[in-house]
Amino acid sequence: MLIRKPSDLTYADVTPKAWYLNRRKFLQGIGIASAAAVASQSLLRMAWPSHYAYAGTKLNYVKSQFDTDEKITPYNDVTHYNNFYEFGTDKGDPAKNSQQFRTSPWTVSVEGEVANPRKFSIDEILKLAPLEERIYRHRCVEAWSIVVPWIGYSLSNILKLFQPTEKAKYVAFESYYDLKQMPQSRGTGLDYPYVEGLRLDEAMNPLTLLCVGMYGETLPNQDGAPVRMVIPWKYGFKSIKSIVKIKFVKGEPPTTWSRMASSEYGFYSNVNPDVDHPRWSQAKERRLGEILKRKTLMFNGYGDLVASMYTGMNLKKNF
Amino acid sequence: MRPFLSSKWTKVMVFLVCLIPLALLINRALSGRLGANPVEFLQHATGDWTLRFLIFTLAITPLRKLLNLPELIRFRRMLGLFAFFYVCLHFLTYIGPDQSFDLAGMGKDVWKRPFITVGFLAFVLLIPLAITSTAGWIRRLGGRRWQMLHRAVYLSAILGVIHYYWLVKSDVRKPLFYGALVAILLGYRVWAVVAKKVAARTA
Repeated sequence: MLIRKPSDLTYADVTPKAWYLNRRKFLQGIGIASAAAVASQSLLRMAWPSHYAYAGTKLNYVKSQFDTDEKITPYNDVTHYNNFYEFGTDKGDPAKNSQQFRTSPWTVSVEGEVANPRKFSIDEILKLAPLEERIYRHRCVEAWSIVVPWIGYSLSNILKLFQPTEKAKYVAFESYYDLKQMPQSRGTGLDYPYVEGLRLDEAMNPLTLLCVGMYGETLPNQDGAPVRMVIPWKYGFKSIKSIVKIKFVKGEPPTTWSRMASSEYGFYSNVNPDVDHPRWSQAKERRLGEILKRKTLMFNGYGDLVASMYTGMNLKKNF
Repeated sequence: MRPFLSSKWTKVMVFLVCLIPLALLINRALSGRLGANPVEFLQHATGDWTLRFLIFTLAITPLRKLLNLPELIRFRRMLGLFAFFYVCLHFLTYIGPDQSFDLAGMGKDVWKRPFITVGFLAFVLLIPLAITSTAGWIRRLGGRRWQMLHRAVYLSAILGVIHYYWLVKSDVRKPLFYGALVAILLGYRVWAVVAKKVAARTA
């Protein structure tokens, strides 16, 4: 098979998985030689409009040092049971309603209290640092949890390219929002676009992942394509999806859930079995695939790497 | 319509229809279609059906009067008992998979979480109603006292809706829908009492 230099390939050039599989079947069935494969691939590329980024395209990555050895939650569960309120509030809604979501072209703007603001295309983001697979525990504020092999790199890789001013103390994130593409976001009780934030040291923590894929492939739309955050020691809603803006800011930025109910969802939202949600206990969680609940771990089990950032802080007050 | 409503077979049919939600759930469970979080699926489904059957039960009296079909009363007890049946299943999903049958832990949870407290109260209120639903108990208590007791179902339905409202994070559309139905059905009763009093005064 003819392959151009990898650096010439862009995100949109990657053959979609469905096509890839179809092609294989096609070839197996008819048994034509590799010359035909080259021809069919270029034909496919011509036939396929290049302004969509596709979920399910393979990514190259290396292993990371942060893996848990717990059993990985099946792909189908992670992609068909999740929250992405822009596409509806039922756990099955994101998979159902996000399939036509356009994720290309896509740019992420990094701005705010920096000397050199700039925009990144998704291709630039993919090439900015070596992609790593990180198998993280992921704990939802609703007391269910999953184990996911995410793909990405530490957010610090991108933040380091900037010269923040002295005022920059926090990093704010913003999701893409388009009512036309997300009609199910109406009536969900949240304000959009979805916004989130981290303290600068939290954002620079190596565990904080800028995520572009999972299970060896690019992100499916319903899980926050094409680029999202994964912050494994915080409740899932902190891990904002489909990011278009990263902003260095002075003060603690507003966050969507906290804005909706500040007594229930704090800025930090660190996983903490001793600090209950006002309406339900956070002491236990149900790992998808299990019947009985298991104990929730402080900082979701990542205390070694993150607890020092909160020394001396009242975690009950700063929940 | 009336001979149909009075027929023995209609009652059997309604009984079987009330079992359909359970049959569908069992079918889903056996074919592995309860989704990624089967416990939650069963919890939500049985909770939904409890509220629906409470609403069906509360709808009988207004429908009897408005449609002039007194025969509908034949189905009220059955619908009420099905509400109790589904709330028992709902409670089982809570005390089992959620609390691992730890009664002490459950007690603490019920005490501490308002949304569990009201749900638990709504459930407990239905227990004496289910027990005294027989003709024998109506006789023993006397019609008037029996009726007083069974008005507890109003409170149970209200608490059930609050339980649901307090469960959801931000999307309150479904609990509000149930709440509106309960409000209409209870509002009808208030209106009926007031209308009767006004009629009595003017007579």
